Amino acid sequence: RRSPLVRASPPPGSARGLWRPRRGSQAARICHQVTPAEVASEGRCQPPPSLRPALPTNAPALGRGRDRTAKEPPPASAGRQNYGASQDPAKPASVRSSSHVTGSSMGKAEVACGRRRRGAALIWNPSWSSAGRATKMKVKMLSRNPDNYVRETKFDLQRVPRNYDPALHPFEVPREYVRALNATKLERVFAKPFLASLDGHRDGVNCLAKHPKNLATVLSGACDGEVRIWNLTQRKCIRTIQAHEGFVRGICTRFCGTSFFTVGDDKTVKQWKMDGPGYGEEEEPLHTILGKTVYTGIDHHWKEAVFATCGQQVDIWDEQRTNPICSMTWGFDSISSVKFNPIETFLLGSCASDRNIVLYDMRQATPLKKVILDMRTNTICWNPMEAFIFTAANEDYNLYTFDMRALDTPVMVHMDHVSAVLDVDYSPTGKEFVSASFDKSIRIFPVDKSRSREVYHTKRMQHVICVKWTSDSKYIMCGSDEMNIRLWKANASEKLGVLTSREKAAKDYNQKLKEKFQHHPHIKRIARHRHLPKSIYSQIQEQRIMKEALNRIKHSKPGSVPVVSEKKKHIVAVVK
Amino acid sequence: VGEMETAPKPGRGVPPKKDKLQTKRKKPRRYWEEETVPTTAGVSPGPPRNKKNRELRPRGAKSTHILKKSRISKKPQVQKKPREWKNPESQRSLSGAQDPFPGPAPVPVEVVQKFCRIDKSRKLPQSKAKTRSRLEVAEAEEEETSIKAARSELLLAEEPGFLEGEDGEDTAKICQADIVEAVDIASAAKHFDLNLRQFGPYRLNYSRTGRHLAFGGRRGHVAALDWVTKKLMCEINVMEAVRDIRFLHSEALLAVAQNRWLHIYDNQGIELHCIRRCDRVTRLEFLPFHFLLATASETGFLTYLDVSVGKIVAALNARAGRLDVMSQNPYNAVIHLGHSNGTVSLWSPAMKEPLAKILCHRGGVRAVAVDSTGTYMATSGLDHQLKIFDLRGTFQPLSARTLPHGAGHLAFSQRGLLVAGMGDVVNIWAGQGKASPPSLEQPYLTHRLSGPVHGLQFCPFEDVLGVGHSGGITSMLVPGAAEPNFDGLESNPYRSRKQRQEWEVKALLEKVPAELICLDPRALAEVDVISLEQRKKEQIERLGYDPEAKAPFQPKPKQKGRSSTASLVKRKRKVMDEEHRDKVRQSLEQQQQLQQKKEAKTKPTGAWPSALDRFVR
Repeated sequence: RRSPLVRASPPPGSARGLWRPRRGSQAARICHQVTPAEVASEGRCQPPPSLRPALPTNAPALGRGRDRTAKEPPPASAGRQNYGASQDPAKPASVRSSSHVTGSSMGKAEVACGRRRRGAALIWNPSWSSAGRATKMKVKMLSRNPDNYVRETKFDLQRVPRNYDPALHPFEVPREYVRALNATKLERVFAKPFLASLDGHRDGVNCLAKHPKNLATVLSGACDGEVRIWNLTQRKCIRTIQAHEGFVRGICTRFCGTSFFTVGDDKTVKQWKMDGPGYGEEEEPLHTILGKTVYTGIDHHWKEAVFATCGQQVDIWDEQRTNPICSMTWGFDSISSVKFNPIETFLLGSCASDRNIVLYDMRQATPLKKVILDMRTNTICWNPMEAFIFTAANEDYNLYTFDMRALDTPVMVHMDHVSAVLDVDYSPTGKEFVSASFDKSIRIFPVDKSRSREVYHTKRMQHVICVKWTSDSKYIMCGSDEMNIRLWKANASEKLGVLTSREKAAKDYNQKLKEKFQHHPHIKRIARHRHLPKSIYSQIQEQRIMKEALNRIKHSKPGSVPVVSEKKKHIVAVVK
Repeated sequence: VGEMETAPKPGRGVPPKKDKLQTKRKKPRRYWEEETVPTTAGVSPGPPRNKKNRELRPRGAKSTHILKKSRISKKPQVQKKPREWKNPESQRSLSGAQDPFPGPAPVPVEVVQKFCRIDKSRKLPQSKAKTRSRLEVAEAEEEETSIKAARSELLLAEEPGFLEGEDGEDTAKICQADIVEAVDIASAAKHFDLNLRQFGPYRLNYSRTGRHLAFGGRRGHVAALDWVTKKLMCEINVMEAVRDIRFLHSEALLAVAQNRWLHIYDNQGIELHCIRRCDRVTRLEFLPFHFLLATASETGFLTYLDVSVGKIVAALNARAGRLDVMSQNPYNAVIHLGHSNGTVSLWSPAMKEPLAKILCHRGGVRAVAVDSTGTYMATSGLDHQLKIFDLRGTFQPLSARTLPHGAGHLAFSQRGLLVAGMGDVVNIWAGQGKASPPSLEQPYLTHRLSGPVHGLQFCPFEDVLGVGHSGGITSMLVPGAAEPNFDGLESNPYRSRKQRQEWEVKALLEKVPAELICLDPRALAEVDVISLEQRKKEQIERLGYDPEAKAPFQPKPKQKGRSSTASLVKRKRKVMDEEHRDKVRQSLEQQQQLQQKKEAKTKPTGAWPSALDRFVR
């Protein structure tokens, strides 16, 4: 293949390429830079006839066209080729240089130049014949100084000028959509929530407690009466106490973090020091209270030296005394858990096995009010940010978020579990909570959504009995039947560790995009997709079929079956 | 004259004794605390204090309020106020210096309009309170971002070029030589001719950054060069007719439509691919955001080739014979094909049929071009007409003009200049502003070439028009053609190799799928009403009732004694009747409006009723 521009030895008289070799040089490759000066020099020496374009043959024909003179101005500069060159060597140098100075520095040039004389044949209309007339025109060409756009040294940052004009950024929506799609896919790719499993217990883990002052310390009580204290950063057990005979039913830390309380099946309440015993000392509790009945739960006041236990009744204890300050009952039943409100610290909530949730005020001797549901509630948890909101984990596979001012309708019914919900704990932000279920999974629910945003499970995790959200809102711990405590990330795809500012910016941008396009079917499908174990998956299918079959409204005469909302369906009564 | 006093600052000299006594009596004060107690000024007005003694302006609206109050109440006798007091909103810093331009910089409304994505005239749709509030928040955010973007316009470094004749003189009379002579050396170097008579008529293409130029001659000559530095990248002869040439997403790849097949070369001139499924290609278009190479062939097929994966996405039969007029709409990536029956058809790879067909000319269409905002389409036909169409609504022609020989080639510049190649003459028309269509009355510039025009393109981000003709390539200077300020992350003419690689990865990651090409690229961000309604219908069918339906009114039981069954029924009836009346009223109003419209239509205004009116239906 031959090329006209690259030719070893041009045959005489056929130098048709633009960049001819300089006269006298034997250069084989001809693609050197053409500077204006060179062009000028080329212009001055007469180019060979082959380089000079012949005067277009059809030019006169155009000129003769009837409507041409009427409508069109003449094509001005036919027949000239070296425009960059000054054809007139006698041109005053001062004009040229001044034009260059103004042109390059100001970007604008106002040049008075005598229009050059052209061939008279090219000028059709006498009114246009401006030959010899001095014209003033203003012209500005776009001329960028590369120094403003290229970095000086390689140690500098690259210069990136921005222009947000929408015309320069076409397809804004489709491109953002694709970015959102990619971000969603990456989120699923990086979703690796499981961090660690803490093993050491010799029986199922029955209760968990967070240290109020130390993020790394976690306490757990097992079904064989053993209490272990763990260090999460080392993922190691740092202390083991044989606290009770039989189950450790409840465990809670004092608000100052110096001691903790346990209750067990041996009808005792024990207070322990958080630090281990000194050298040669026996491991023994600070205080032991012997009760008359079995205690099933314990919670400590958030500010005062007061704690509450539950069992046959709710007892409120002063730490210094061996008898409760007051005992509160409402009917005869066994109460499974009691929780202090973290904001209105004198409020308590408890749930009992006769399907009710009872609220108490510590300042008065009688309970406030109770709500009776369809089935038994296992635990409740108060929202740490909104004083009057709490969530109840129910046996009927659902969680109910209540406003304590209006107990007759829950604010939200959270459905997704396929077996009894055993424990619930709020994130410190109050926006989300985590629930542990008998179906061997834990789920994370937003407070205002009825469906979970996340489900965690492993092959080996059995019925999850207790769950806690850590105080930095980043991790979740769960204790399960098969003697392990598992540590999860609260946000499955979150990158742990310190983020650079660019990483952070990219993360925020992707988050916003995902939010913006979350309702698009393709993105929604990817974002919602979770792999589920076969047992849970088939249970979900089964329950869906059952629900379809039990749709009485659909199979009855319209209007004959009243429509009862899901929220109202499960509430039996509110008693004050 | 200040009524207010702040604590003496350290280094400001010893405060007077009186003040000291005063401060002794009061609680100790810090310098950042504001004081509102009037001092001696009320008792002895004295001469206006100089700047040194003047007080700091307290911050915040609350304190300004107090200040106003104190001025009114305590010092009515002072007529002349210092200038600083006129604008109580402006804040003063600790040093006493004052911001002469307080607050954020003002932004002109038109500029904000350019960045606005939401049509504010449209009302928010009827929706639940939660959704509505979310929409409102989104709208407010949107407005804020557009204001911020508009404010950032100030930072743009370059200004567009222009050309003005002497007091209204026709700029078309100014020839290239004059421009070249007047402008600086760097710009003058952008004007050049390549005399390549041997391999005659040339097609050419600039890369997206405007830095590189590729051209291919009919007789097989293909070359690519960095035209700014005049550095040749490659030059080959493909020994076959070259119909069209096009850069792919970067300057490293080059698609050449040769006589039989489509070939892809790299910037060294090495043939990378020969795509035999695209045969007898006449025109090429590259859709940069979709990585699609659209080819129009003699066989009448419009083929979309995905160059990132090498797959043919769609091969559409236009059923209109040989295709040799094609252009893309840069706004929505729709391909415009011109046909010999005078129609222009709009194509997307997602559809087997054209999205629209526009009858533009009597006789065949010779050239089509669409401007960068996707608003205007210019067509020229065998009937020697040059027409400009509005692509936004119903594809109406905006202006038309007869040219003596008709235009064979058309192209739009980034700032909306229209160029037409007619024989060996090139005419350029300009509009009033950037967003207006070019007015076809007076050309902005004209130029005559050494041979008939065969290819035209404005160089992006440079005031240069490249013309390929039978005598080679001409690079013309057209002041004001290009967008002066490029976006460094989008297409940067000065990018380094690393930057190009980075950009390439990003661009490939956000490759827009071919199915998303449609007439309105923003449609993806709008609510899909049709499927929404469909889903709702399905939900109602599944549940057996409408979960969002308004519950019938149920009167609440009132106090003891007032809540008899009769009164309950009465109240219920009252509400029901009210709703019924509303409905009737609405339907009546609708009927009236319809009737009014009908009457307005049937009656010809301002004319006598004719006997023939009785036949009007």
